[in-house]
Amino acid sequence: MAEEKKYMTLSMGPQHPATHGVLRVILELDGEVVHKAIPVIGHLHRGVEKLGEARTYLQNIVFSDRLDYTSAMNNNLAYCLTVEKLCGVEVPDRAKVIRVIMAELSRIAAHLIWLATHALDIGAMTLYFYCFREREEILDMFEMTSGQRLTPSYIRIGGLMNDLPEGFLERLKKFVDNFDAHVDEYETLLTKNPIWIARTKGVGYISAEDAINWGITGPVLRGSGVKFDFRKATPYSGYENFEFDIPTGTHGDCYDRYLVRLEELRQSNRILKQAIKMLPSGPVNADVPQLVFPEKEKVLNNIESLIMQFKLASGGFTVPKGEVYASVENAKGEFGYYIVSDGSSNPYRMRIKSSCFINLSALPFIVKGSMVADVVAVIGSIDIVLGEIDR
Amino acid sequence: MNSKEIFETIKSDCKSLITEAFMGIDIPTFVVEPDSLLEFMKYIKKMPQLSFDLIADITAVDYPNRAKRFELVYHIFSIKNAVRIRVKTKVEDGGSVESVTSIWRGAEWLEREVFDMFGVTFKNHPDLRRILMNEDYKYHPLKKEFPLQGYEES
Repeated sequence: MAEEKKYMTLSMGPQHPATHGVLRVILELDGEVVHKAIPVIGHLHRGVEKLGEARTYLQNIVFSDRLDYTSAMNNNLAYCLTVEKLCGVEVPDRAKVIRVIMAELSRIAAHLIWLATHALDIGAMTLYFYCFREREEILDMFEMTSGQRLTPSYIRIGGLMNDLPEGFLERLKKFVDNFDAHVDEYETLLTKNPIWIARTKGVGYISAEDAINWGITGPVLRGSGVKFDFRKATPYSGYENFEFDIPTGTHGDCYDRYLVRLEELRQSNRILKQAIKMLPSGPVNADVPQLVFPEKEKVLNNIESLIMQFKLASGGFTVPKGEVYASVENAKGEFGYYIVSDGSSNPYRMRIKSSCFINLSALPFIVKGSMVADVVAVIGSIDIVLGEIDR
Repeated sequence: MNSKEIFETIKSDCKSLITEAFMGIDIPTFVVEPDSLLEFMKYIKKMPQLSFDLIADITAVDYPNRAKRFELVYHIFSIKNAVRIRVKTKVEDGGSVESVTSIWRGAEWLEREVFDMFGVTFKNHPDLRRILMNEDYKYHPLKKEFPLQGYEES
């Protein structure tokens, strides 16, 4: 007589170091094999979209930092691009190149934190310290520009918070010159490491068709062999002027996603090298006084600028009626904003398109039938940040 | 095809399905009736020249004063053409539309979020539950009448 099969239920998280935040995954296990995985999210839900409707366009910049807090500059950029498109503002060339520098530094920092924690989850602890050494240098550079390490809000509507501080470029050059060697160093620890290969090769497979069907973007999509990057497909902030390759994998497993992200570190460094060379001189803010804060020097010496600063800080500015969707390729995939304006100084609706949210939705599909220990590897290789998923 | 050509193609091919079509500030925008949504979505995904294969986003905008207060907004991207379009449809409070999960599996969580935040339900959705709020939560927080502080949280 066939008995109905019984599964063991295992609740992983929300407080579990390998779920990268407050993610809970309910696993239904058949022995050690995952029969079903049900992600439970929302533990970090702060209602950023609702809050956005009650805040001015200027105030909303700081919320963008707190979504994917590992690559905050990319989020700033996505938000500012959207509002600039609504207002029809064009930022100066110098600001565009500095934005690219910041976006790529952010990407490197995010990939480093991914590499460090992903390897740590699987048991390779040494790498953690190497990655955080370089990430620390990037955060120090962010601190130079804006005074903040994780939540810089450096990219502003119409340009930047201020020009690059003295000594920044020298420090960046030094970092860029050494970074390729650092990536090689990471590779010596993992790429041919038999334990690493055993834990990641053939684990967490997703085909290119499935990845597209699930709406997956970013390194996970590229790991499955789809040569697609929003920086190339729909260039923004002058990415069309930079030369870089889109790395792709062939097997669509955790190992290929690892290789893709490592190569992206090198490509980001390549972009940074070009950006340092082509950085033009000139202003960093568009000449639109109704959107951009006046320079501090003028505020202290000129009554009109003081009034303008007060007006902007207290009431913000109005944005013409309309709706715009704009997105960037952040470290995890497509990160976008959809803003509907009713002509007032607050967004009527501020929708945040999160790449991690969609990438994570494919987790049950990817881990079905794999071993329970591989779930940790798969979650790590999808690279999620709960701040962005729960919003 | 660029976005202008795509706009013209869809407009002429789907005349009977579309109620409104215009080039927005950023991308081509189409408005369809809820009943013809699924047919329209199937067309833009299956038509080889268009192949809108990547679902970017599904969300809603609440206009409390309208009879059909929710505007569902779909952003869909075509990897082949590197073009994004916006599709809209209008539903009343507590209304229901056909789910597009049969076309793009990635729509599953996005539709769950719209249900969670606005109370719009989706027909033939495989697993329509709340996603960000608790399962026993009573309200739909992104409705305009929902206060910023919440009803019970403050």
